Amino acid sequence: MRTALFWIFSVMAVGSALGVVGSLRSPINSALSLVLSMLALAGLYVLLEAQFVGLIQVMVYAGAIVVLFLFVIMLLNLRGSGAGSAESRPIGKAAGAVVAVGAVLWLVRRLAASRAPWPEVDPTYGTTRAIGEALYTDYVLSVQVAGVLLLAGIIAAVVLAKKKID
Amino acid sequence: MLPFHFQVVAALIFAIGALGVMLRRNMIVMFMSIELMLNAANLSLVAFSREIGNDQGQILAFIVMVVAAVEVAVGLAIIISLVRNRDTVNIEDTSQMKW
Repeated sequence: MRTALFWIFSVMAVGSALGVVGSLRSPINSALSLVLSMLALAGLYVLLEAQFVGLIQVMVYAGAIVVLFLFVIMLLNLRGSGAGSAESRPIGKAAGAVVAVGAVLWLVRRLAASRAPWPEVDPTYGTTRAIGEALYTDYVLSVQVAGVLLLAGIIAAVVLAKKKID
Repeated sequence: MLPFHFQVVAALIFAIGALGVMLRRNMIVMFMSIELMLNAANLSLVAFSREIGNDQGQILAFIVMVVAAVEVAVGLAIIISLVRNRDTVNIEDTSQMKW
């Protein structure tokens, strides 16, 4: 069950990551692929028993960041300006594709062959309570620095996005 | 399935993101590729943290997410002001600081 979920989420994450880079028609398609990739990654986090990080991933990335991307794309109304990638010779492209496919197949074979036990951790690992306690005791300075950073980022975004640069 | 397998997925996503930054010329898509790379690094951190059985890697991933959120806000503001002043998102048209 766990292995099946791992393969489903990994194929989804890698495939939609390719969709982000490869969709030449409109940046909107890239942004929607990005949502799918983020959600698949959240599933992978939950499989790794990092429930808190998975939840934050859905809320911050799939929720806020991608919505910001979509908002900016629609605000700028950039239809079809995503086309045009770097040029390269067809032989080089073919050779690159062959090497890449070969490398991926080799990796899949190696992965299917490995038979080591899944490491054990205690049941409180990765819960919101455990992460929250660590954040507000040992890492409280980093939380406060993160808060200052967010404030600076908000102010910078407001100043930069003003109508005219003085 | 092992935490090592998650590292392979993270490496693949990071490679795709790096490819996107190198090949694409649309600034917004390049930005999304940077997000992909940050996410791959996060997945790698969480997988290592699971392998060792210590949740410090997850705290590091949380901090990376905060920095990524700030970076997105500032970067998109830069893109908006660039489009207002130059009317383009193509990286080739904004080569003023290139020598």
